[in-house]
Amino acid sequence: MIIKQLSVFIENTEGILECVTDTLCKHNINIVSLSLVDASEYSVLRMIVSDPERGREVLKEEGLLAKLTDVIAVKTPQKPGMLHDILTAFRDANLHVKYMYTYSSSENYATVIMRLSKLDTALSLIKQKGYEVCTDKEAYEIVNLN
Amino acid sequence: MIWNETKECMSRDQINNLQSARLRKMVKRAYHNVTFYRKKMQQIGLEPGDINGVEDLHKLPFTTKQDLRDNYPFGLFAVPQSQIVRVHASSGTTGKATVVGYTRRDIEIWQECVARVLAMAGVGSHDIIQVAYGYGLFTGGLGLHYGAENLGATVIPMSTGNTQKLITLMQDFKVTAIACTPSYLLHIAEVLEEAGQIDNTHLKVAICGAEPWTDNMRKQIETKLNIKAYDIYGLSEVMGPGVAADCKFHKGLHVYEDHFIPEIIHPETLEPCKEGEVGELVFTPITKEALPLIRYRTRDLTSITYDECECGRTIARISRFKGRSDDMLIIRGVNVFPSQVEAALLEMGETSPHYLMIVDRINNLDVLEVQVEVEERYFSDEIKQLDSLTKKIARALHTALGLSVKVRLVEPRTIERSQGKAKRVIDRRKFD
Ligand SMILES: [Zn+2]
Repeated sequence: MIIKQLSVFIENTEGILECVTDTLCKHNINIVSLSLVDASEYSVLRMIVSDPERGREVLKEEGLLAKLTDVIAVKTPQKPGMLHDILTAFRDANLHVKYMYTYSSSENYATVIMRLSKLDTALSLIKQKGYEVCTDKEAYEIVNLN
Repeated sequence: MIWNETKECMSRDQINNLQSARLRKMVKRAYHNVTFYRKKMQQIGLEPGDINGVEDLHKLPFTTKQDLRDNYPFGLFAVPQSQIVRVHASSGTTGKATVVGYTRRDIEIWQECVARVLAMAGVGSHDIIQVAYGYGLFTGGLGLHYGAENLGATVIPMSTGNTQKLITLMQDFKVTAIACTPSYLLHIAEVLEEAGQIDNTHLKVAICGAEPWTDNMRKQIETKLNIKAYDIYGLSEVMGPGVAADCKFHKGLHVYEDHFIPEIIHPETLEPCKEGEVGELVFTPITKEALPLIRYRTRDLTSITYDECECGRTIARISRFKGRSDDMLIIRGVNVFPSQVEAALLEMGETSPHYLMIVDRINNLDVLEVQVEVEERYFSDEIKQLDSLTKKIARALHTALGLSVKVRLVEPRTIERSQGKAKRVIDRRKFD
């Protein structure tokens, strides 16, 4: 299923990242996974958090620019060639991967967060190929990842 | 509604006759009561009798802000202090404040002019108006306040500083009109929007001024708040807000020519401009008793037309301001006005109109950086999208200014919202 990622615009000035972490901490929101991408003048912080809706709200109250983005968390088995297999399937279906990052790694799976042009098509492709994706509950609460 | 039809709809001949009569008297007063003017006129061999009417205006010397500073505080007053009933002052960025004074009659005329402005915007005695300009030495607050009282409206003297309270009272009192700076009104709209209260006011009209704004910004205010917005212009040296304002046709600002003679001159040659040509606006307030300035150079750039307006008023109209001759930045030899940046951003429509221009000189080369706030609905978490937005803004600004611009996206509401005048430019270049 499609899960919500919390994305935040980060101006490259001091203290903004700490403002994000401080705000989330104060509201008892856990950061499960994150990726910080920087362009020269600004960065974008992408996070999977325990409560994305609330996360967006509290960051907005702090005056930060935050939004929710649809992504999927694909469980790729811990064997060589698995990610390649998935990506090849996407390419053959003309699906464009906008970005991805590792969510978690365990004995059985490396779970990867992906943002794609057509998420629904991607989901059915993954199912067809016999792979699994995380549910929102699994992703936000880190359960069933083995 | 036209508040004073006899004065706002005179024929050109009537206007000329009235202005000429008032100008003759005013020049006499200035000559006999203000040493500065007597000396200035004597230096060029001019006597009050040489001024027979408006056609002789060009013979008179100019007055500048520096002249006011040099005669700080009361040196240019033409009446004894016992006849002054109020003083206002504006703080200069450099040097001394500019001090202006009013007799009882000056204040009455000011109230009359502001009442005309408000009536032109459709405000009447049934309206409840929040005056959210600063109250105090600044002419905005008290100027609008007494004008609105004169009109008979119910005035809420809000002043600036507490937006939350302003909104609470706006809703509780069912406020129908507001007077404040356009950027502050946009700020108020944003706060209302965030609270989900934007449709929950009785506001129908805004009278905005004290800083230059564009037609696009007006439309944005009108759509966001579902109200009508009007432009009011004035400067304390000449009177305060209410020297000119626009009507519902928004085709320039009507100047109350029975009290102020407008002229447009080339800022460099000081020669008069043709009708419609852009130049520096010069005012001669012909009824002012306390401070009868002769040909005061406003530094505001605009053009003038004497055509009758669709609203029926015959008084001259000045166009929306193109900037100020002293706001003008010269960057790599190109004349740049902050208003151009604002217009370009609003035209693009994919950013907020809040911007900050930073001019610097790096390795002897002028660099212009424009910081633009990203609006929530245009925020993408894909760097590619943000980069293309940056490039699009840069292209739009390049086209508008004829100059390459470095664009920097910043978080919303990081650029200071003004409750007085907006700070739009930081010039870090050193010219010494
Ligand atoms: Zn008109």
